[in-house]
Amino acid sequence: MTTSTEGKSSVTPVAGTASKMRLLTRLRRSLWRSPALFFMPALLFVSLATTVGVHPQFSDFDLQSLAMGALPLAFAAAAQTVVVISGGIDLSVGSAMAVANVLAASTMEKASFGQSLLLAVAVLIIGAAIGALNGLIVVLSRIPDVVATLTSGFIWGGVALVILEKPGGGAPQEFLNLGTGTLFTSWLPNALVLVVTAVGAIWIPLSRSRLGLQLYAVGSDRIAAFRSGVKINRTRFAAYIFSGLFSAVGGLGLTMTTGIGAPLAGVYYTLSGLAAVVVGGVSLAGGRGGMLGPVMAAFVLTLIPTDLIFLNIDPNFGQVIQGTLIVTIVMIGGFVDMARNRK
Amino acid sequence: MNEAALLLEARNVAKRFDSVVALKAASLQVRPGEVHGLMGSNGAGKSTLVKIITGVFPADGGQIFVKGVARSFRSPAEARSAGIVSVYQDPALVPDLTVTENMRLASASVDAVRKWLAELGVVRLDFSLLVRDLPYPTLRLIDLARALASEPAVLLLDEITAALPADLSERIYAMVKHWRERGSAVIFISHRMAEVSALCDRATVLRDGVMVGVTERAHGSEERIVALMLGAETARAVASAPLTRSSRPKPSGAQAALEVRGLRCSPLVNDISFKLYPGEVLGIAALEGQGQDQLFDCVAGSRRYDEGAIFAYGKELRLRHPADAIAAGVVLVPANRLLALLQQRPIPENIALPAFGRIRNWGPIRTGAERTRVESAITRLQIDTRAGSELRRLSGGNQQKVVIARWLASGFKTLLCFDPTRGIDIGTKRQIYGLIRELAAAGTAVLLFTSELPEVALACDRAIVLFGGRVVAEMPVSEADEATLLRSAHGLAAPPQSAS
Repeated sequence: MTTSTEGKSSVTPVAGTASKMRLLTRLRRSLWRSPALFFMPALLFVSLATTVGVHPQFSDFDLQSLAMGALPLAFAAAAQTVVVISGGIDLSVGSAMAVANVLAASTMEKASFGQSLLLAVAVLIIGAAIGALNGLIVVLSRIPDVVATLTSGFIWGGVALVILEKPGGGAPQEFLNLGTGTLFTSWLPNALVLVVTAVGAIWIPLSRSRLGLQLYAVGSDRIAAFRSGVKINRTRFAAYIFSGLFSAVGGLGLTMTTGIGAPLAGVYYTLSGLAAVVVGGVSLAGGRGGMLGPVMAAFVLTLIPTDLIFLNIDPNFGQVIQGTLIVTIVMIGGFVDMARNRK
Repeated sequence: MNEAALLLEARNVAKRFDSVVALKAASLQVRPGEVHGLMGSNGAGKSTLVKIITGVFPADGGQIFVKGVARSFRSPAEARSAGIVSVYQDPALVPDLTVTENMRLASASVDAVRKWLAELGVVRLDFSLLVRDLPYPTLRLIDLARALASEPAVLLLDEITAALPADLSERIYAMVKHWRERGSAVIFISHRMAEVSALCDRATVLRDGVMVGVTERAHGSEERIVALMLGAETARAVASAPLTRSSRPKPSGAQAALEVRGLRCSPLVNDISFKLYPGEVLGIAALEGQGQDQLFDCVAGSRRYDEGAIFAYGKELRLRHPADAIAAGVVLVPANRLLALLQQRPIPENIALPAFGRIRNWGPIRTGAERTRVESAITRLQIDTRAGSELRRLSGGNQQKVVIARWLASGFKTLLCFDPTRGIDIGTKRQIYGLIRELAAAGTAVLLFTSELPEVALACDRAIVLFGGRVVAEMPVSEADEATLLRSAHGLAAPPQSAS
């Protein structure tokens, strides 16, 4: 056959092959594609510097409280991230966390450390099952994710109240220590280690797998993904399972850091987790973003109220400031997106 | 030829979407080593048949045989593993993934895709670019290369050359011929009759979801194919209704309905000036990406320009929003009908919408007057309203008619038509051009860009050619034959080439 290999057409984008590409070009491109990857560490650094600035006696203890405070939120954000990337939204994250929280606190009260670890595994399985049920509702009934998970969230919230009517229960000290203690040095809180290892152990293999690619594909363009051979329903179902799993880890984290089960404590995390996802640079339209941004955003969102307390600002007014900061950050992200689309 | 030797056969396939019957009895027989044209006007069911064959959705009735064995695929992936691969009308690539990731997603070998892209003339594509950052024609070629990489026994191409520049179409023709020589089959869907008669060995014609005929030789059977597509009565009606062209000379001192002066809009529009007079259809011819898209966006008020001025009847326009252009009577019919219409609302609402846009019309809508205007527009354009409840159920041609009908109903002075017949069948095309001529005869000024050069001579009074963001040629329609336009559109410095 005769085809010209000149490639003279004006429509063919010209660039070097990937292997020849300079490191700088790659860096610039990834900055352009996911600004959150660079923006979030900077934001986290600024927030930490602010904290140290307004509270110069910042100690290892403060770092531990920060990590403990951010622990459940980070997992709520992680849970939401998986679903949002796949083009959905999970408004039952907080309720699922509450179920995991009260299940752990009510069953572990008189358990040994070994038993509590086994119970924790059971709670994780139940969390994944909750996610699976959400996924089934969404996939089978084809009602919008918002409606499905908002309503199923009511169920799980009720289930949490059935399990434990009022705050109570407990867990063995060694188990609590997983979230409250420190590792090697008092400057390395267990809570931080737990977030990094649990999110890393689940997300890194997932994002590099075929399923990870499919999650992004389904979130980006469902029809194109289907035509590429992706099983849409199976992929969305899987996203909800991971959401349930992360929610359960978050619920266990809540038990570790508070020492008790509280049926209403989880509810707060649905919307805060969603805020962390948005601040962390994940597109609510699906298909774009990563895990690092939302997890870091969870720490930033935990730091802001702390700073305001150190600054002696009225907590109600503090919420206004926190909200304003979130809106500002998201707006900057929006401007970056606009600039990118104009290119 | 006995039936066992057929590569692919569809027998009496039927499919309905709610109240709309897309296919009644569609049949298709494809032999090894042939390029088989699948023809039919818009809404005849070609795309539906392709999607049923490749497992996008199930058939309500009928059977599909692959090499004599009855099969029913539940997904495109399943069809692919049986050697049946389609390149659909719109790109099937995920925008937020890189090219490499898209290939991995579809289990296509990157090396094989790269090899086929090179055969198609794309040699230096960076596979680590996001799909959303690549231009549309490149995406079509990637789509095709990915399909080729799975070495399909039957390759289905659904209007792959629509909106592709001529040089890329040529490469696709070469590839299709190459595929035939390998003993595989290609099912080729296109509205460009010249393509079909040059490329296809046989052609199957669908009309209203029914197989109405097979021509053993596509070449030389153009008239028969058109007659089959249109049905006997419509064919006669179309033939006996030549386009009326106002032959009156333009008064030289007349005021221009639209004047564009020194327009610059980086990066593609460098310096465009022209005048468009009332009662005139001014054609714009250009290859892909010569600034025509931006020109239309600027004039329609949906894009800001850097320099220059736009006048309507001598008055300079300050275009900051499409509403400004509409208020000045300058309205756009875009190529992508989806951009202009509310997909989930009924036809009358879509037609009546622009009339609501004016502030003085706030408050209660006078439904009686609105209904009359809308109905007269629907009747005049012969819009098929069976799927009236939601616009997205209409075929492409009918949707385009709705776009024109909405402006017809709200009244306008200057019509900007950007490739209004992209992917539209001959019958509807004639209606749309007939309508444009009628409007011009009534004093409307029409600016018409078309990606199919012969249509310039069909519908326009005068033509200008854009190249590199500038007007490089202007000619009366009598000189605007395909070869002349093609040469100008390639830039005057380019060596002359035949218009084949």
